[in-house]
Amino acid sequence: MELLHNLVFGFGVALSLQNVLYCFIGVMVGTLIGVLPGIGPMATIAMLLPLTYNVPPVAAMIMLAGIYYGAMYGGSTTSILVNLPGETASVITCIDGYQMARQGRAGAALAISAIGSFFAGTVCTLIVAMFGPPLANMALKFGSPEYFSLMLMGLVTAAVLAQGDMLKSLAMVVLGLLLGIVGSDVDSGVKRFCFGVFELADGIGFVIIAVGVFAVGEIISNLSDPEERVVFTSKVGSLYPTRQDLKQSTAPILRGTVLGAFLGILPGTTPSIATFAAYMIEKKIAKDPSRFGHGAIEGVASPEAANNADAQCKFIPMLSLGIPASGTMALMLGALMIHGITPGPGVMTSKPDLFWGMIASMWIGNLMLVIINLPLIGMWVSLLKVPYRLLFPAIMVFSAIGIYSTNNASFDVYLAALFGVLGIAWRMFGCSPVPMLLGFVLGPMMEENLRRALQVSNGDPTVLVTRPISLAFIVVSVLILVIMTMPAVKKRRSDITG
Amino acid sequence: MKSALGKNKDFWAGMMLIVIGAAAMFIARDYRFGSALRMGPGFFPTILSGILIAFGVCITAVGLRSGEKIQGNLSLRAFLLLPLSLVLFGVLMDLAGFIPALTALVFVSAASGREFKWGEVMLLTTVLTVASTALFIWGLGLPYPLLKGF
Repeated sequence: MELLHNLVFGFGVALSLQNVLYCFIGVMVGTLIGVLPGIGPMATIAMLLPLTYNVPPVAAMIMLAGIYYGAMYGGSTTSILVNLPGETASVITCIDGYQMARQGRAGAALAISAIGSFFAGTVCTLIVAMFGPPLANMALKFGSPEYFSLMLMGLVTAAVLAQGDMLKSLAMVVLGLLLGIVGSDVDSGVKRFCFGVFELADGIGFVIIAVGVFAVGEIISNLSDPEERVVFTSKVGSLYPTRQDLKQSTAPILRGTVLGAFLGILPGTTPSIATFAAYMIEKKIAKDPSRFGHGAIEGVASPEAANNADAQCKFIPMLSLGIPASGTMALMLGALMIHGITPGPGVMTSKPDLFWGMIASMWIGNLMLVIINLPLIGMWVSLLKVPYRLLFPAIMVFSAIGIYSTNNASFDVYLAALFGVLGIAWRMFGCSPVPMLLGFVLGPMMEENLRRALQVSNGDPTVLVTRPISLAFIVVSVLILVIMTMPAVKKRRSDITG
Repeated sequence: MKSALGKNKDFWAGMMLIVIGAAAMFIARDYRFGSALRMGPGFFPTILSGILIAFGVCITAVGLRSGEKIQGNLSLRAFLLLPLSLVLFGVLMDLAGFIPALTALVFVSAASGREFKWGEVMLLTTVLTVASTALFIWGLGLPYPLLKGF
């Protein structure tokens, strides 16, 4: 039982006092920002990254992961109580969750959502533990051509399945790749796109782009379109779901978990796709579909499980292959690199404590979330009333100090301001910045692998399609592109992703 | 429905990509292109710029055909003041020290919101400045002078 052995090892790492503490901080911060209006997990992780420089990598990653799935819990709380999704993934939960709250069953909805999330989290922790290592072992045998094609496939899938215009997403990936190679060329030492600026010689800092686009840009966008929040209910009702509730939710939670786990492994699929699909399935197979939209508990249970399963399974390609499947995972990869760890299949063998510690901490974090959140629900509800105008200057403070402290360079802060402006421009032009971030993270690695692949093949680019595994990746990329440009699929896609 | 070019989001997105791609390609001329066997520092950027320009042309063409309008509103105030607050922070960190830089940052960024209440912003500025000084300077030991020249 190697799996068991590894899990025990992982729990040993994750249960050290320091790591439990960072896990706790992570899930608390995550829930907080999940509840608070106008600040998402991406901005928070970007903003808090510099604070983890002096923390050991394992603890830092555990905390950042905690923020990520903590935000998912927090987001569903606001969906149920105030009909406003704290995170985009929780939009679906609003439909029936809020109706349940209006019927005085907010407590039951919150509890089922927590139970569903916890169950999905547990199952997916096991899935990550089971599928991560074989995947990494396989990838360890890859040469540069395979690795280049794998990254290509990851980027293409992510761009194609992401929200918004496909053409623009692909273009943003390319833009990200270009931004990623700013700085000294590893091979020749030539300083590329540096404009004589000394601070750019090491490339554009990861934190600068992430904070600029996802914190500053998001604030500008929020200030441009303010949303009103009215807390409907302060009465949560009994937190204990009835036997009937539990019975009705069991099957939906199972279905949601399976669906979310499956969609979660695909790069680019956002949790909103998983939750949407889960909701539609429940509605379709229900004996009485008309209950949906009027407080059907299945409409909370299944999407919430799918949401958490998707979020958790996104870690599989990130941890085992070094390929980011979402914007948040790109941030996690960036965090790894900042801590001096080269992401990729080697992480599992070179840093087993990181790999298994993180997996175990996810389960511990999920457990903490259930235990902490349900009793503290009153506190989170009162936080909902914090006005945004007090929040965003605080975000700016954390962002500015975080960026400045990375290199003690004010140039970095100016650059972040520039990326804030670019971020808002991209949003207005309908260009999602997430694919850009994925490209940015993978840019240097892609160039390096392409260079090596071409050296191995004596400059023959067909090496990418003559080696079977590499060919498979290329074929999949092309297939996905072709399928997604077929008119029928294209229409359905825009129906779902909007 | 077609809209004026100035508000056509696809047109602008395409133009932005073309401009960035062309600029990158122009700059990358100075880097040795090399050959496929030995990729020079100019190889990857030149190819990427080319792809970027191609995407830009396609998206511009889509824009000229369908002409969807730019998404969402833009608060000009936030668009100008928020980046400015960061720039001020950078300048003042170099010239005046941590406390003036933070004060300016909080004050100007608060001013970029819709509502601006003097009393509240003063209080917020004080609280955030004191809290950050405690957390970052005393707590995490960042080596920045609180006030330069004193």
